[in-house]
Amino acid sequence: MDLNDTPELAEYRAQVRAWLDEHRHEAPDSRGDDDASVAARRAWQRRLAEDRLAAVTWPAEYGGAGLGPLQQVVVNQEIGRAGVPGIFDIIGVGMLGPTLIAHGSEEQKQRYLGPMLTADEVWCQLFSEPAAGSDLAGIQTRARREEDGSWRLSGQKVWTTNAQHAAFGLLMARTDPDVPKHKGLTMFVVPMDAEGVTVRPLRQISGEAHFNEVFLDDVRLEPGSEVGPVDGGWAVGLTTLMFERVTIGLGGEGFGWRADRFAHALLADDACTRDAETRHRFGDIATEFLALRFTGYRMLTSLQRGQIPGAEGALAKVTTIRAAIAAGDLICDVLGPEGLSDQRFGELVSDMPGLKSAGGTEEILRNMVGERVLGLPPEPRLDKGIPFSELRAREREAVA
Amino acid sequence: MNFALSDEQEFLKEAARGTLARVHTVAAAREALDGAALPDLWPAAVEAGWPGLLVSDENGGAGLSALEAMLVFEELGRVLASVPLLGHLPATFLLDRGGPAEIVAVLAAGEARAAFVPARPPSDLGDGWTAEPAIGMTRAPAPAFAGGKVTGAVHWVPDAPRAEHLVVVLDDGRAALVRAADATVEPATIYDVTRSIGHVRFDGAPATLLELGERDTASAWYLEQALIGAESVGAIEVALEVSVAYAKERHTFGRAIGSYQAVKHELVEMLRGLDNARSLMYYAGWAAQDKPDEFALAASAFRLAAGKALDHATRAQISVHGGIGATWEHDAPLYFRRAQVSRRLLGGTAGAADRVAGELLTAARAAAA
Repeated sequence: MDLNDTPELAEYRAQVRAWLDEHRHEAPDSRGDDDASVAARRAWQRRLAEDRLAAVTWPAEYGGAGLGPLQQVVVNQEIGRAGVPGIFDIIGVGMLGPTLIAHGSEEQKQRYLGPMLTADEVWCQLFSEPAAGSDLAGIQTRARREEDGSWRLSGQKVWTTNAQHAAFGLLMARTDPDVPKHKGLTMFVVPMDAEGVTVRPLRQISGEAHFNEVFLDDVRLEPGSEVGPVDGGWAVGLTTLMFERVTIGLGGEGFGWRADRFAHALLADDACTRDAETRHRFGDIATEFLALRFTGYRMLTSLQRGQIPGAEGALAKVTTIRAAIAAGDLICDVLGPEGLSDQRFGELVSDMPGLKSAGGTEEILRNMVGERVLGLPPEPRLDKGIPFSELRAREREAVA
Repeated sequence: MNFALSDEQEFLKEAARGTLARVHTVAAAREALDGAALPDLWPAAVEAGWPGLLVSDENGGAGLSALEAMLVFEELGRVLASVPLLGHLPATFLLDRGGPAEIVAVLAAGEARAAFVPARPPSDLGDGWTAEPAIGMTRAPAPAFAGGKVTGAVHWVPDAPRAEHLVVVLDDGRAALVRAADATVEPATIYDVTRSIGHVRFDGAPATLLELGERDTASAWYLEQALIGAESVGAIEVALEVSVAYAKERHTFGRAIGSYQAVKHELVEMLRGLDNARSLMYYAGWAAQDKPDEFALAASAFRLAAGKALDHATRAQISVHGGIGATWEHDAPLYFRRAQVSRRLLGGTAGAADRVAGELLTAARAAAA
């Protein structure tokens, strides 16, 4: 067990720290969603990208630093230590860029990666739909090929972060409904300013809109907009989801869900710090957050050894959400009704019930871990090997 | 950065598993409930070098760290092996730092046994060094030292029966060495018969103060917490392995029961508890070596996570097995008994939760000041 830096890593850390000391005055102080804040955050990402601190693990030829996950963690840690925001487009740089690097054509990489990295073009992920979340392969957004090789796209996407700021989206659509559902899917690049694309904010319990709905009404896509093979989109999507797990698994503390921060909040009421029940509940919650931190180091060790992160990362997500729900409840129990109006903790209480389903519901994640990690027999499935169009017809019949 | 076991550590675990495989410890545990004597595993422990695990090279030990001790305990916990190291290792940890060298060497070689007579260190709530009571929740002050003699009582002391040397923590945080012959050790009747537990009374027993600070005696308490956690990790592993295997072969309504979400999710919850506990075990091992200021937090968090996970896992093992899991012939009740005692020994799992809170609140107050 060794959490110390090797001499090379210590040297890298010193460089990053020195850079941040020199440039921190250029960092925006707001992490807000309004236009002015977003512009400042994009400018800050550009500044980080210029000195290869935005996409540490991307190959150098695409503007990254060509380094490993450890160096990425060092950059995250130093940014946290300096108290400045990180990059704005985490979804683009952390998940969609790596997907393009793995599956995109050379032309696509040359066109899209540079502006993505500098946040001149922000990206969004257009996967989930109102009727397809945990069962993502059930998406209904349809892409039809025209005679000239262009595509016509119709459907609806939901839970789209940054759609209102985005220049492009990476979208999964159905290109062949007459084969089983995982087989007829294709990934596309969609210009968000194309005719027929409508973005609407999606307000949630807190009243804030952190996500959007995206409507696609007969949108025309240029020939060559597909990423990876036609009808081979499922494998491309799995790459994105793998990077999503790594991003979340190594970045949980970035949300500020940490034992020390909640301990600080409890100090607001001195009596509660001596109350046996409060202490017991806090001890339980803090222990889960500590477990997550050190599970992260274990995952990082595996990554560093070239092992691909597996379904185990799903358990870290389950623990994160459970602990964050319990922490919001505890702090608001201590603060009383006023806590629910507190921007930090009230929003935590409001946001968590929905986040429980983000990246797969807890139930579906437990199925996945049970089957892939423990090797338990699968839940009997009624959709195996059945063409998607027939499956939909059966579903409609069952409801009628 | 590297947060995984080294090859040597993996080898130590494998060797421990091999040593313990020679005896049917789980079957012996069941027979012991009906009055049979437990097999004496001390000679095997001596052969493996476990009694001197935490004693430095110069005192005749292996000079290994807390993490290696935890790895051995994980293996002991897997098979409910009754080896009196839970009391011996914290005792030798203290004697190695501030006790008479000739006694340390004898203990490291396993020619005699020691038991740690623990006291819980004070918390941020301002209580003193306290000892386990015979019954109830009210903790008593730890034994007192005056005029070269120790007086007081400590209950539920692991491995006190048959120990020749007692390392007793005093009400001021110092520690003293007492010959067991000069104290009264009454073996306790215990729900988990694989544990050897005693009630210890000192009535003006002659004692030698150890040359140690409060920090060391507190570390011995947290070491013992971590060892209970490690033992629990091993027991959870087995409860999960056995339950998963059963869920794959047992069929109801034409399906393997492991295909039902209700059963599958329960098994995944066992895995989640195990995985979190393992991460905290590595944290405790790392802190013991490289971050002593965090050892109290790390060991308490580990004890808590492992204790809760063991409690859940042993209940889930019984319910996944259905009625047969609650029968005398099955192993599940033996692991359940282990969990029931573990959660209540040495301050209990609940005490560890309070300590995690206390450590973090103290750190938060210091940061805010």
